[in-house]
Amino acid sequence: MTLLAVDNLKVMFGGVTAVDGFSFDMTRGEVLALIGPNGAGKSTVFNAISRLYAAASGRIQFDGRDITRLSAHRVAGLGIARTFQNTELFEHATVLQNLLIGRHTARRTGLFRHLFFTSAVRREEIAHRECVEEIIEFFDLQAYRHSLITALPYGVRKIVEIARAVASEPELLLLDEPASGLSAEEASDMAFWIQDLQKDKGISILMVEHNMALVGRTADRVVALAEGRLLAAGTPAEVQQHPDVIEAYLGVSADNTQSVSGG
Amino acid sequence: MDPLQLLVGGLANGCVYGLLALGFVLIYKATEAVNFAQGDMMMFGAFMTLSLVNQDGYNLPFGVGVCIAIAAMAVLSYVLEMTFIRRLFGQPQFSVVVLTIALGFVLRFIAGLIWGHEPQSLETPFAGRALTFGSIVLGYDDIVVIVVTLLLVGGLYLFFIYTRVGLAMQACSQNQLAAYYVGIPVKRLSSIVWAVSGVTATIAGVLFAAKGTIDPASGLLGIKAFAAAVIGGFGSLPGALIGGLIVGVVEPLAQFYAPTGYSQIAPYAIMLLVLVVRPAGIFSQVAQKKV
Amino acid sequence: MRYHFRTSYAQEIRPYQDWRQLLWYVLLLVVAAVAPFLLDEYLLGELTHILIWALAGLGLMLLAGHCGMVSLGHGAFLACGAYMQYNLVNMSVPFILAIPLSGLFAGITGALFAVPALRLTGIYLAIATLALGAIAEDLIIMLEPWTGGVEGLYLETGSVYAIEFDRYAQQIASASPGHNFYWLCLLVVTCVTLGYINLLRSATGRAFSAIRDSEISAAAMGIHIAGYKTLGFGLSCFVTGVAGALLAHFVGAFNYEAFNLLISIQLLLLITIGGIGTIHGAFIGALLLGIMPLVIVAVREFIAQLLGSGNMTIPGIDQAVLALLLITFIIFEPSGVHGRFVKVKTWLQLFPLARRQLFRRSRSYLKTDRLR
Repeated sequence: MTLLAVDNLKVMFGGVTAVDGFSFDMTRGEVLALIGPNGAGKSTVFNAISRLYAAASGRIQFDGRDITRLSAHRVAGLGIARTFQNTELFEHATVLQNLLIGRHTARRTGLFRHLFFTSAVRREEIAHRECVEEIIEFFDLQAYRHSLITALPYGVRKIVEIARAVASEPELLLLDEPASGLSAEEASDMAFWIQDLQKDKGISILMVEHNMALVGRTADRVVALAEGRLLAAGTPAEVQQHPDVIEAYLGVSADNTQSVSGG
Repeated sequence: MDPLQLLVGGLANGCVYGLLALGFVLIYKATEAVNFAQGDMMMFGAFMTLSLVNQDGYNLPFGVGVCIAIAAMAVLSYVLEMTFIRRLFGQPQFSVVVLTIALGFVLRFIAGLIWGHEPQSLETPFAGRALTFGSIVLGYDDIVVIVVTLLLVGGLYLFFIYTRVGLAMQACSQNQLAAYYVGIPVKRLSSIVWAVSGVTATIAGVLFAAKGTIDPASGLLGIKAFAAAVIGGFGSLPGALIGGLIVGVVEPLAQFYAPTGYSQIAPYAIMLLVLVVRPAGIFSQVAQKKV
Repeated sequence: MRYHFRTSYAQEIRPYQDWRQLLWYVLLLVVAAVAPFLLDEYLLGELTHILIWALAGLGLMLLAGHCGMVSLGHGAFLACGAYMQYNLVNMSVPFILAIPLSGLFAGITGALFAVPALRLTGIYLAIATLALGAIAEDLIIMLEPWTGGVEGLYLETGSVYAIEFDRYAQQIASASPGHNFYWLCLLVVTCVTLGYINLLRSATGRAFSAIRDSEISAAAMGIHIAGYKTLGFGLSCFVTGVAGALLAHFVGAFNYEAFNLLISIQLLLLITIGGIGTIHGAFIGALLLGIMPLVIVAVREFIAQLLGSGNMTIPGIDQAVLALLLITFIIFEPSGVHGRFVKVKTWLQLFPLARRQLFRRSRSYLKTDRLR
């Protein structure tokens, strides 16, 4: 069953076309990796899906609903959560507070009840707190519960950002380079989290990633992108073997590569 | 009154606003801080010139006095940056805003102590003389204001395009961290930017005091110059000048054609309008924050 | 050092840490409540003034400290509340009802102003509000039918069932004159503070601080940026407007000069010196700002006596001292008096284990959100 359908997406910055007629589908429960050389437009696709960028043309459907023209916060409300390439956490808050902000879409009370902190708000706050605690446990963040983000090492921040996204109980999680800047060990931990998220929580994951080992371990399918266009799609092994993908990465045609390695 | 006459007077006033706005924009472009004390720096520079040049002051020749005042203000601005602003490097913008407002207050107080609170006028060699074209009277002071502004803006333009310091400033304004990495002395550079903007402030002050009177509260003129800078787009040097001209021209026109009170509000009304229609100003380069 | 061992989530969401802390605040409130019996008329008047300033400061604190939007023209909203109060009372709206209504009017005005201003980030918003503060005086003069123009206006004593809320009314013999009005102010300030605390520990408050820290990520978390910014601006102006209404009754007669740009700057100063981003900060700042003129007068008289000369008035010295204080705080203690207090407290609690490193500000480079 299709969860996300991107159809003929086109994103432009001024005169530059960053994504040009890109289409792909994603089924529910799947881990899909978006790969491609730098500047291929992977992050742009992400930003278009989470509606931080406006699409020039094309359609993005989530769960059968057209989200191409929705505003960013509405998309989040539908169950799409995301992380950012260079982590965009709330730096002056603790890990706990960050995760609680992740619960924003789950709130059922409004300003007036907040002002008087009615019993409904109290119950809700405790429920949020319980839910967040579960996530803290899931990601092994107990030690950092009350630390400020500024005091955390980069690897932990990456995890906290994913935890924050998971706190909103999304159906689709967009991970923008989850393993960038992580050590080999941390990256391998990351692979475990991603697998756990898919299996235990049933979250579908769309990720942009350069680390092919991670992609190979976690992704069900891979979509390769270059210069804003679709190059290849299939299993990780298939896409890695695809001559166009090799050419896009190495800048030479596949035949040449073979002759070089053969000679 | 002849609308054309209003226009000419407005243009000269606008040049003063434009020069002030230019000072804001220079600092903003290079360090992303906004100097709310710019108006007070203008006032201070004008008073310095005044006590150097006027007969009951040191009675120096006009040109010499102006040059000394400019140099003094450049040094003062450099020192201000070095001792105060630099400590807030990388701190939230709010801090710099509050700090410069406070610096403005202190400058105003010192000026009041030294020169008193009575409005004073600068004695200039070109005061009181005028050219007449038909029905339009063109004061020498107006002409001087316009010519000096044009020269200064041209000079700044050349400075940014052709000198090493100017190019380094451009680099800084594009990416501070990268500028650090390629060995540009970012901190010293931001002091230099402050000095340059002190110079433009002083020149604006001299022109302003030559056309009218100046007192310690004249620094509030800076707020009008803000409006000018915003109208033109905060990141654009020519925009600042044109914003200044717009404000300068609108003011006398509103004074003449609209009911009383409106002329005070007109510049800000235009500013708010621009902010609503084109939030980044008329001459802006619009792009998005990268994530 | 005391460690707070929590055994339930309810303990985590309550606004105080333990019963000792709660006791201190209750004690403070009790002392504040009996102040009219302890202080003379002059000091009680000063204390009332401080409370009103603290209220206005709370309004700006919500905006600048928690929503991350700087307003350099909050005096305009103070004026909004004050003049609305006059007009409502003139339209024979009961005095006690007029106060929240004036606040509401200021809040709606603020929210309306925020709608275009919302599209402005950081510095543009600061400038737009500065312009608002600058034209406030002109606007007041232009709207003469409602504001009394240059002449100003006089607000009569408000009363409810023969209880007079006036700065000089004395209806309980053992209390200093003005006690009713003082208690009214205390009540309003307490209610607003409690509401503020509740807001901060609920989803709305978290959304505010999320927007302050990273707009892009807040939007990705499902927070409606424009909506919350407007809400924040409106709430902030509401609180400031209520303070304006009380101020109108406190001073009785006022004209446009009472709301010049300097008032807005003083408000800014109040929250900075007190400690930006904290509720304590608004109160500490108001207290300092209220005491400052008295200290300056005392110092001046002392110096005058020392030198033996009579008149030592220097115009503008108050502003200059405030400005110098502001510079000192911004550079050496950006977290204000409250921040310093917390540091000293932590140091004492950790003694002798505290290290300088603990309080060091993290180095940071210019993080631009400028568009390019």
